[in-house]
Amino acid sequence: MKAAPVSNDIILRTGASIMVPVILLWGLYVLIHGAIGPGGGFQAGVILAAGFILYTTAFGLKEAKKILSVKLLMVIASTGLFIYAGVGMLAIIFGGNFLEYGVIPIGRTPAEASKYGIEMVELGIGLTVMSIMLSIFYDIALKEKGE
Amino acid sequence: MVLELIFTKYNYIIYITLMTIGFYGMIGKRNLIKKLIGMSIFQYSIFLFYVSAADVSGGTAPILLKEPAVYVNPLPHVLILTAIVVAVSTLAVGLSLAIRIYREFGTLDEDKILELSK
Amino acid sequence: MITDHLPILLIVIGFFGAFFTPIIGMIRKELCSPWATFITMLQFLISLLLLYNVITAGNISYWLGGWQPPWGIEYAVDILNAFVLVIVAGVCFSVSIYSRKSLGLEVPGKEMPLYTLYILLSTGMLGIVVTGDIFNLYVFLEIASLAAYALIALGDRQSRMASFNYMIMGTISASFILMGIGYLYVMTGSLNMADLSRLIPALYGSPVLLVAIAMLVVGLSIKTALFPLHTWLPDAYTHAPSAISALLAGTFTKVGIYALIRVMFTVISPSYVIETVPVMSMLTWLAAIGILAGSVLAIAQYDIKRMLAYSSVSQIGYIILGVGLANNIAMTGGILHILSHSLMKVGLFMVAGAIIYRTGIKNIYQLKGMGKKMPYTMGAFVVGALSMIGIPPTIGFASKFYLAWGALEAGNWVFVVVILLSSLLTAVYFWRIFENVYFGVHETEEIKKDEAPLSMLLPIIAFAVLILLAGLFASLPIEVIKIWVTGVLP
Repeated sequence: MKAAPVSNDIILRTGASIMVPVILLWGLYVLIHGAIGPGGGFQAGVILAAGFILYTTAFGLKEAKKILSVKLLMVIASTGLFIYAGVGMLAIIFGGNFLEYGVIPIGRTPAEASKYGIEMVELGIGLTVMSIMLSIFYDIALKEKGE
Repeated sequence: MVLELIFTKYNYIIYITLMTIGFYGMIGKRNLIKKLIGMSIFQYSIFLFYVSAADVSGGTAPILLKEPAVYVNPLPHVLILTAIVVAVSTLAVGLSLAIRIYREFGTLDEDKILELSK
Repeated sequence: MITDHLPILLIVIGFFGAFFTPIIGMIRKELCSPWATFITMLQFLISLLLLYNVITAGNISYWLGGWQPPWGIEYAVDILNAFVLVIVAGVCFSVSIYSRKSLGLEVPGKEMPLYTLYILLSTGMLGIVVTGDIFNLYVFLEIASLAAYALIALGDRQSRMASFNYMIMGTISASFILMGIGYLYVMTGSLNMADLSRLIPALYGSPVLLVAIAMLVVGLSIKTALFPLHTWLPDAYTHAPSAISALLAGTFTKVGIYALIRVMFTVISPSYVIETVPVMSMLTWLAAIGILAGSVLAIAQYDIKRMLAYSSVSQIGYIILGVGLANNIAMTGGILHILSHSLMKVGLFMVAGAIIYRTGIKNIYQLKGMGKKMPYTMGAFVVGALSMIGIPPTIGFASKFYLAWGALEAGNWVFVVVILLSSLLTAVYFWRIFENVYFGVHETEEIKKDEAPLSMLLPIIAFAVLILLAGLFASLPIEVIKIWVTGVLP
């Protein structure tokens, strides 16, 4: 089996170094925009993961793992879910039902609290989706080297 | 009558056709990767059914606008978003299983694998 | 009050536990298994509380996000839910104690992904049972199925192919369920089960409703491994790690049956599926064929896990038979058989796992002398097997008695014959094991007592005792089930 491809293609590398920041920024935009417009955690997570996957194909698995190791991804995935569950439980603590953001005392009105609550949840979802997507990619890319 | 049915309900016909193709891929093909491709087509045809059934011609996205407008029911799209995530996860599990099987048996042909695992 | 939030806590604790397992695994690998035991124990306690609350205070309805049901997701718990919840959570809890040694040997060094998936599977199954939203049911079904595919693939060499085939079948099933839900949604515009049951009567006679029912029945029949669609089950249970076989045999198919009951009797009304469109009598006949075919196929097996898997096919037939006959008594018997089959089959699979743990033997003709070697384990096996055959005072007798009585009540002699004949066949395939274990002469070596480790023995004995206790006090679960059954059936 061949080693995971490390591209020496200058076009890919230059293109990636221009594209990756833009993709990541766009992913963040979709993430933050999720509460009031089209977008949200799932989509943002996939876009963020796509940015990192582009980085990986251009600069190789080793470089990518220096930034986001498998362990770190696991931690991020857990953190994301923790944020999601945490916001939900926060609503229970403040006397609402699970995920009833309106009762959390942030923002001036329940509607505004709702918006912040949704954004927090979307952030959690985004982090989890990104890390899970990337770890799926790592897994399949890793397998090519024979574990 | 039949023609009218075809032209007005073409989304259902496309969905059924895709579904049948996917089903054949899953059941009829012996190669595991082809089975997975069939599985994906099968699942996506159902997504097409949901999304196209929810469509209102001339409708917009359900965002608050200044004046009232015809909008598309967003719920099926949200449901399908969830279902797409499920489909992707299933595909990931399937592919990693196929990789493990290939490393174990050196082939992806179902008949050969069954012969080897006797 | 926190007790108001029990339905959601059941799920949130599970997901939190599952995603926290990798972090615990990073600190110390050995902690993963106690962590899983702890989480499933919490879920078990919550389920017990839920059952208690439902019996004393009536049905529970929990609105996620405070949204009113037809718009928001509702978690609705009635007696059937709570009953199945306790079974599922209890099995998950006890198998997690058992699994530490068993999986430690069969799947060494993979505690972290294993227990993450284990808790996910448990949570997914509990989610299927607790939810009152039909699309939520699909999502949880897929969560549980994905975890199950991955867990099965951790078994022996052939397990990956078994898991792959299961995945193909499972995806077909889930897709059919998704389509059925889609048709229901397109017609009614609702996904809430209680709301659907109000809207559907206006659609009687619509061919689209028939398509939806057909899709849902086929999809759920694959998940429950009803006879002609059972092909994934034997391979998956044979090649999966023993503890996982025990877990899946005790819970996953039962959850499928629960979903079938819920969709047929709550979402679509009993009178429609029994009288107008004879879905239920069709299922009953398939179940009757399945009971006999499963038993006959089990006799033909020599691998102990494969034999138990085929016997599962037959036992699932009993449950569907009872549910399909749909009179008060047969239905009670069917739902009681969910409990008794869970107890029996989990116990038997755990014994098979313990034998494999100590000796590595899978072939039942090599079990000679095992009665002296592992007396307590084999004693538990005998109790489980007697219950499978249906000998009093075990729980298997009580549920079979109710099933036979229900078949008589329905005036259907064929099913009574099927139940009796299948009991005989069950006796035949378990007798082969008894013969080898207790009366088979071991030629060569002196047999020393070599019992399974305590953490495996304890759940096995507990299940054997439970089978006897539940049999002696069978009126208790029967009373509980009857409350639900009389509320649903006319």
